[in-house]
Amino acid sequence: MAKKVHVTTTVNGDEHEFLCETSQTLVDVLRGELELTGTKEGCSTGDCGACSVIFDGNLVCSCLVLAIEADGKSIETIEGMADGKELHPLQQKFLELNGLQCGICTPGILIAAKALLQRNPDPTETEIRFWLAGNLCRCTGYDKIIRSVLAAAAEMREG
Amino acid sequence: MATILEESGFSPDRKLKIVGTNPIKHDGPDKVVGRAKFGADLILPGMLFGKILRSPHPHAVLKSIDISKAEALPGVKSVVTREDFPELPRGTQWGNLSRNIMAREKVFYEGHAVAAVAATSESIAKKALKLIDIEYEVLPHVIDPIEAMKPDAPILHDDLRTKGVEGAEDKPTNVVERLDLAMGDVEKGFAEADVVIEREFDSQPMHQGYIEPQGCVASYGEDGGIEVWCCNQGTHAYRDQIAAILETDSSKIRVSQSEMGGGFGGKVGFYIEPVAIVLSRMARRPVKVVLTRNEVFRSTGPVAATRSRIKMGATKDGRIVAAEAELVFQTGAFTGSMFFNGPMAMFTRYALENIKTVSYEVVSNRPKVAAFRAPCVPQIVFGVEGIVSELADKLGMDPIDFRLKNAAEEGYTTLYGVTFGRIGFVETLEAAKKCDHYTSPVPEGHGRGVAAGFWFNRGGDTTGSLTITPDGSVTILLGTSDVAGSRVSICMMAAEELGVPLDKVRAVLGDSSALGNNRVTAGSRTTFSSGMVIIDSARQAIAELVKRAAEIWDVPEEGVVFGDGYCRPSSSNVGEFEPLSIAEIAAKTSVSHGAISGHSEMNVTGEGPGFGLHIVDVEVDKETGRVDIKRYTVVEDAGKAIHPQQVEGQYQGGAVQGVGWALNEAYVYGEDGRLQNSSFLDYRMPVASDVPMIDTVIVEVPNPKHPYGLRGVGEVPVVPTLGAIGNAIGNAIGVRPQSLPMSPPRLLELIDKVDNNGGNGS
Ligand code: FES
Ligand code: FES
Repeated sequence: MAKKVHVTTTVNGDEHEFLCETSQTLVDVLRGELELTGTKEGCSTGDCGACSVIFDGNLVCSCLVLAIEADGKSIETIEGMADGKELHPLQQKFLELNGLQCGICTPGILIAAKALLQRNPDPTETEIRFWLAGNLCRCTGYDKIIRSVLAAAAEMREG
Repeated sequence: MATILEESGFSPDRKLKIVGTNPIKHDGPDKVVGRAKFGADLILPGMLFGKILRSPHPHAVLKSIDISKAEALPGVKSVVTREDFPELPRGTQWGNLSRNIMAREKVFYEGHAVAAVAATSESIAKKALKLIDIEYEVLPHVIDPIEAMKPDAPILHDDLRTKGVEGAEDKPTNVVERLDLAMGDVEKGFAEADVVIEREFDSQPMHQGYIEPQGCVASYGEDGGIEVWCCNQGTHAYRDQIAAILETDSSKIRVSQSEMGGGFGGKVGFYIEPVAIVLSRMARRPVKVVLTRNEVFRSTGPVAATRSRIKMGATKDGRIVAAEAELVFQTGAFTGSMFFNGPMAMFTRYALENIKTVSYEVVSNRPKVAAFRAPCVPQIVFGVEGIVSELADKLGMDPIDFRLKNAAEEGYTTLYGVTFGRIGFVETLEAAKKCDHYTSPVPEGHGRGVAAGFWFNRGGDTTGSLTITPDGSVTILLGTSDVAGSRVSICMMAAEELGVPLDKVRAVLGDSSALGNNRVTAGSRTTFSSGMVIIDSARQAIAELVKRAAEIWDVPEEGVVFGDGYCRPSSSNVGEFEPLSIAEIAAKTSVSHGAISGHSEMNVTGEGPGFGLHIVDVEVDKETGRVDIKRYTVVEDAGKAIHPQQVEGQYQGGAVQGVGWALNEAYVYGEDGRLQNSSFLDYRMPVASDVPMIDTVIVEVPNPKHPYGLRGVGEVPVVPTLGAIGNAIGNAIGVRPQSLPMSPPRLLELIDKVDNNGGNGS
């Protein structure tokens, strides 16, 4: 069997080291080796967005990233989104406005929405819909997700 | 022991403090921070990874399976095949279930499981699958249900004979059952009709499309005890079915519920749990099995494909006088589509006297069909609601007025023999007529459609417990699974009963050993049924609180009343006592008679049927055939919305699932009988940019059989979608589509036809 590769990476500000096979994906290692199961895997082909993470500042599907690519990189997952005791405004609005039903799509959608608000603090409904078009949700019909993002954006603008 | 509940009756004017508000649901916070544990999220020490080998052929005899090379691969701890499962008789419920999760004599569809491996890593398990040698004798296959009915069709099960046909030939067939349901005299009815419309419709399977693939961890203990953690719509159903197909006792199996990442009916039945259990037994270690999306599409249940011929007649004054239907349901490789719902529900909501239906359930070489919100109903209602709108057009009537004129009301006896109690169809239609969407003019170039829908709603076996802790807070143990937030709604009803803040009440989902039997979460039954047993439990606890207060004050029980969380003397004649809070009474339980709790099991009845009406505006691009949903409103009777936001969520989610089914979603098979679109890229579900906001109107016609008046709301929101969108498209392009999905190539064909000869006369 091929030797495993040693990888050093930063996840939510903490340094992690792990061994992985060269064929292993980032989502696999996050969920398996690092036991960060908040990131979900719905398709493994880049089509559902459940595995969304922020990878060196960019929103990616972690099922399309090889774990070895994480070496020396900085990764942000859902587990790092709340700031200590305080939930991120997106998390809070999703709770208040019921932006989640089953919740399996929620980590990916929250991460994707956060990436959107970082580059566009005042998105229109249409901009949110197109930005989140890579994140499938089968439960909500998207209505309350979009409203939650709009509300969080408004609150964050007010600071 | 439902007596307290029954005695209490229904009080519509009771002032509610918690029911009807929108608190944050208790399972929410863990879900937004990524801590909630779903099926695939459990990690146990020593856990192995299981993978399943699947047939590449849609139909073949499994001649031999050689696992020796796979077993020899380092890291492989167990390999299982049909040999490792009890051989149950063919053609029986358990025999079919067992053969669906692990093929025995034959494989019946591409993706049918034939062997499985557990290894120390996923990659080793995958390698081992490649080392399994299988000899297949490939047989001719059949995918289309009508083809499967033909006398010379390839036969799936040579022991299958059609049920419901008298004097049927003793000859193998793919037709599982014929069901005749009729009332009145359709011939007489059609003779009275001034307008008769008859059309044929067809639909393709769509997949439930839950974002969480099936995932489980099973551990077979040394004493034969089995622990299973999985996402499921009912721990007791899983337990009992596992017991049946592994031939063990239910008491030896404990099924726990993970959080469930969507089910919609697709997680009522199982696929992987028994495989994981047998792998674990042989490896003596826990085994995790998680399906890939590709496996979800190829081996777990989509909904039934259908063909239908529907005929309806109405008089000039707008009364529907007769309805007739011939329906074919494709159930996949094994029976179990629940096709009977189709004929039972298709016309129900109109007060028809003359109905005749003939339905067939047919097997073919596709994955076994599974339940999906209102199983087998929306795809048939698509046709019915198309004809109903066409009749209204022909008679020059407004489509909602026409439906109002024919609406079923209290006292109507349905095709299946149930007489409706208080129902809210008329109120729903009236609310729809008045809503902002319907009263706004149809924008230039758009088409507007409406359609109505009905679902029985369900009750059934339910058990739950409620305990008052010594500090006066309340714990609830539920036996039903929570698919979208039922936990908080049930806590809200308990808090309302006990007069305590919602914050003091918490519910946990019990495993299959914690409580008695609970029917699966399906048919819009959970908030209703589990709510009923918890309200009953709360009232038992209240009766006990009253007793304890009477003891403390040394007065007769009749001298104590309970309200708003306190026991009080019923009048000054009883004596002057400070009210006792629940917490004060609970603090004394260790020196009185022990814990104060309630426990209830019921076969819950009294579910109130649900009705809805959808209004849709679409724009159709005549160059490309693409449909744009411009505006969508769901109007539906919830009886009483316990948590209105969650009710809206059910309406909105159902509508958008219907948008997918109406416009895109379908299983596409090649000539070779293999599924060609088993990924989310090729099987395209609606994304956020495909749909507008979904407006909702919650109608509340209380269900008199429930203490708060609630009706289930999970199924109805899907039922009208296909018909409403079909009618909207029909009005936009001048002809109503009769095939699902209404995809661009199909619509282009129809648009071409209209341009050439003016449509089908609708
Ligand atoms: S799991 Fe990565 S996009 Fe679906
Ligand atoms: S909330 Fe269930 S998939 Fe989005």
